[in-house]
Amino acid sequence: MEDISREQSETPSLLAMRDIVKQFPGVRALDGVDLDVRAGEVHCLLGQNGAGKSTLIKVLAGAHQPDSGEVLMNGEPVKLTTPTAAMKLGVATIYQELDLVDGLSVAENVFLGHEHATMGFTRRGATNAATRKILERLGHGEIRPTTEVGRLSPAGKQVVSMARALSHDARIIVMDEPSAALAHDEVSNLFRIIREVTAQGVAVIYISHRLEEIREIGDRVTVLKDGRTVAVGLPAKDTPTNKVVSLMTGRNVEYVFPPRPDGGFGDEILKIENCSVAGMVRDVTFSVRAGEIVGLAGLVGSGRSEIIEAVYGARRFAGKITLNGQVVKAGNTTRSVGLGMGLAPEERKAQGLLLGQSVARNITMASMERYSTFGWINRKKEAEEAAHLVKALDIRPPDPNRVIKTLSGGNQQKAVIGRWLVGEGRKLLLLDEPTRGVDVGARAEIYALIRKLADEGVGVLLVSSEVPEVLGLADRVLVIREGRIVREAGAGELDEHTVLDLVMDAHPVTSAPSHD
Amino acid sequence: MTEVNPQQVSAPKADETGKAKAHAAVATPSGGGPRLGLGAIGEIPHIGLVLALVILAAVGLITVPDTFATGSNMVSILALAATIGVITVGATFVIIGGGIDLSVGAVMALASVWATTLATQAYGPWVMMICAILVGTGAGLLNGFLISYGRMVPFIATLAMLVAARGLAQRMSERRTQLVQPDNSLIVDLSTTRILGLPLLVYVFAVVVIIGWLILNRTTFGRRTYAVGGNPEAARLAGINVRRHTMMLYALSGFCCGIAAIIIMARTTTGSSTHGDLYELDAIAAVIIGGTLLTGGRGTIVGAILGLLIFTVITNLFILNGLNTSDQLIAKGLIIVAAVLLQRRSLKAST
Repeated sequence: MEDISREQSETPSLLAMRDIVKQFPGVRALDGVDLDVRAGEVHCLLGQNGAGKSTLIKVLAGAHQPDSGEVLMNGEPVKLTTPTAAMKLGVATIYQELDLVDGLSVAENVFLGHEHATMGFTRRGATNAATRKILERLGHGEIRPTTEVGRLSPAGKQVVSMARALSHDARIIVMDEPSAALAHDEVSNLFRIIREVTAQGVAVIYISHRLEEIREIGDRVTVLKDGRTVAVGLPAKDTPTNKVVSLMTGRNVEYVFPPRPDGGFGDEILKIENCSVAGMVRDVTFSVRAGEIVGLAGLVGSGRSEIIEAVYGARRFAGKITLNGQVVKAGNTTRSVGLGMGLAPEERKAQGLLLGQSVARNITMASMERYSTFGWINRKKEAEEAAHLVKALDIRPPDPNRVIKTLSGGNQQKAVIGRWLVGEGRKLLLLDEPTRGVDVGARAEIYALIRKLADEGVGVLLVSSEVPEVLGLADRVLVIREGRIVREAGAGELDEHTVLDLVMDAHPVTSAPSHD
Repeated sequence: MTEVNPQQVSAPKADETGKAKAHAAVATPSGGGPRLGLGAIGEIPHIGLVLALVILAAVGLITVPDTFATGSNMVSILALAATIGVITVGATFVIIGGGIDLSVGAVMALASVWATTLATQAYGPWVMMICAILVGTGAGLLNGFLISYGRMVPFIATLAMLVAARGLAQRMSERRTQLVQPDNSLIVDLSTTRILGLPLLVYVFAVVVIIGWLILNRTTFGRRTYAVGGNPEAARLAGINVRRHTMMLYALSGFCCGIAAIIIMARTTTGSSTHGDLYELDAIAAVIIGGTLLTGGRGTIVGAILGLLIFTVITNLFILNGLNTSDQLIAKGLIIVAAVLLQRRSLKAST
């Protein structure tokens, strides 16, 4: 840790967090984090995925309780026990997916939960007037308080979120990747608003992966790595990019990657030619060979997940995608599965699992034809196949009839991958964030499983936000930025530093709202 | 198959300690103590519903001993249950698949009217039966098409079908009750011919229930129904054609309405646009009482049929005791609420 002693000024900081620790089952998300925020500054929080930024925000918002450490505001110790308590203390959090009610008006959204009301009847006039005042303060008098929020652009919604924070008399506003959903000119508008509020003494904690933005709007930077603070109060304007990236990288990766095979790979099986997804992916061409693991590295919103979904036929695309010469059709996942593809989706619970059903049912749901005759299921054969996979993948506890939602994330993920291993013949696996929410032990097992499948001749297309994971597991890496491949190289030719540089040093996206 | 085993759920983690916990939990079901006995009973599927039926039967034996336990009364309960019962089987599929079908009563009425027009009757009883089934299935397919390919909300699409089918039935029959002609008495035989003391239509009902159970529990179609209702996105990404499957579910529901139309023609010897009024509510209530989640993904046919029998026995008891139908409706309302509250408790206990 550096700079910390130098940065402690005489006047107490508006917000000071000291040695915050937060332990989750299997993961120590925060392992001694310090944060100092002064009134009127834009304080940027940097760190790779998994570094602990989200957990820290949630502690600040009162959504998570730290296991140890203290929080001081103006030098006084405070307890952020609930989101309401945090709000009362003047901490407002604007999450990436703005939590606004589309069907209500701007004014109703701004004062949602603390309405101007008499005996339960809202005083619309007073609400609208108060809203107008806040909007004018933000320099957005043109947004009418009576407009329905659903009709506003993403930028307009951001203004409303900001107004809502100010309506609570927030002294600290936390913004989680506020620019991810905005177009270029909207970002400059956002910055103007941030300057307005900071000029009035409000502190903004700004989280973004885009270094350029941080340079433009930030005053000081705190860098997190592996749940620890590695640098406090770096000047945002003139710390060299090189230094920032160095601080973020070199993670102590505790997990083991399996060795790469010596031999070459098989034929090209997956070919993606001039593939585009509206607003997200632009003219991408690459291929995957049998037995090869290809990793896509990129930020959330860079288009990496959209590429995978297009390959699977789960998303509309332009261009041509073929697996072993057979064309993938958009919107027809049944066909893609028939061609020999399998997908482990990004949101395991929402997109991958039948949570209320057994491990066995979750494993066999995609391959029922294998053990059915004219739709009649051979239940004995089904149970055998499921039991075999539970054993082969070492799913714990080893009970195929257990309801899957009771398993740990790692074991759930094994079941989702196992779904595509019923029988032989799977040619291509698409893995989107396969180790998200998976603890360290199970990670190593999943890595080994992926490599083993590749060694057996399956092609793998892997997406991960964690650069070390892509570099450690993949044979070849494609770096994705703003929907384009900006670098393609063997995993051995790249290092974490280079990839992060490529991924982050982007000019703001010029169009197309982000999907994730 | 869909029941959550309470003991399995108590271990949150799947690592080694979780494993140990799981074993411990199995060793002492529901934490031991006085709840142990109840927990064990709770594991027998549908025990609550069976108990409710037993209690209702006891009430019948006590209040109207002379009339309740007679053979003819049992037959009339089953015959009454048969019509809605067949519809309930279809509704169970739709609801497990994450949808709702409000049009069942109206579609049944339309099918009965269409099958009893003089033009149809001229072709004889077999054509009448096929006609009823085709009309029901066709209406169901249309529902399914609007919902899966027209992306309409099931509630709205089937509400529209409810209104329109009822109207079409009135147009076709000119609001008159159409009698089944003497030439076509084969249909009425379903109600009058008895095997082992039970009219044929009770066997039709039984066959529909058995086939429905087999489809739901032993075929890929049934499996997919649970998947589509439980998590449509996961089902789609697992390669299941969710749209086509959804359409099939409504077609199946319509098919069941067609069979129900044959049964009601047999029982009443008529086809009428007033048949099946509010049947949709009885069918949905039976499915819900039977433990099927309205949000989809979980439920059983046996539960739904038990729920329906509870409803039918209550109706029967009120009639035999000479109580008015308004009180009967109040009792049914209370039963729906009680059933859902009890299920939520048992669901909570298991998570």
